[in-house]
Amino acid sequence: MSDSATYEKVADIISEICGIDRATITPQSHAINDLGIDSLDFLDVAFAIDKAFGIKMPLEQWTQEVNQGGVYGEEYFVLEGLARNIDKLVAAKG
Amino acid sequence: MRLEYFQMVDRIAAMDLAARTIVVDCTLPQESPIFEGHFPGYPILPGVLMIETIAQAGGWLVMAGLRFRQMAFLAKVSEAKMRSFLTPGQVIQVEATQEHDGSGYAVLSGRIRSGGKLVAEAGITYRVMDFPNPALRQGLFEVARRVGVPEELLADA
Repeated sequence: MSDSATYEKVADIISEICGIDRATITPQSHAINDLGIDSLDFLDVAFAIDKAFGIKMPLEQWTQEVNQGGVYGEEYFVLEGLARNIDKLVAAKG
Repeated sequence: MRLEYFQMVDRIAAMDLAARTIVVDCTLPQESPIFEGHFPGYPILPGVLMIETIAQAGGWLVMAGLRFRQMAFLAKVSEAKMRSFLTPGQVIQVEATQEHDGSGYAVLSGRIRSGGKLVAEAGITYRVMDFPNPALRQGLFEVARRVGVPEELLADA
């Protein structure tokens, strides 16, 4: 699945689960700051993404990296960055 | 079951970590202050405590899979159905199956049966986190031993 296709799938999932107008979601949207997804809804989003792509997003590791200042939150929580990391996980599982 | 202490699980009857399934046995108490209020003259287990019972059964499975290094907190209940009443003294079995092992969360489905008949069912999502303090961890280990969690699973924690 290409980066773009991954982003489209993620945006569809967020729109459906969180009840957010699909037209307002962009690749530059920050899941929390822009879309207002709270931590509980994010669990549902994570579950749907894990299922859709057959992966286990390392959310605990990502959160730890952000909290420790190793990476910016944008890397994982802006949708284009999230899609890019999903593609890495899909590629890694072969 | 000691309802007023939220001790819903009496005994783990079977747990298969590879298949991600658990079965627990429970017997409703003959008397409880909860039955005095729910309802006067017609004591039945509140539906929310059926859900709590499913959540606790599934929680043991999640934590056992993590070798008790983390705690599973109830985060979401979905598609809960209470199909019939449970009354004082009734014996029940709770089955739970882990549908997904996420990072920082877990998703299960659970069912309560009595006499082979389906009584209640619910989907449960847990937030999985480090133990917030040593007291909770210690207290949970004591309950784990009481309900029959294999000692080797606790030894790794």
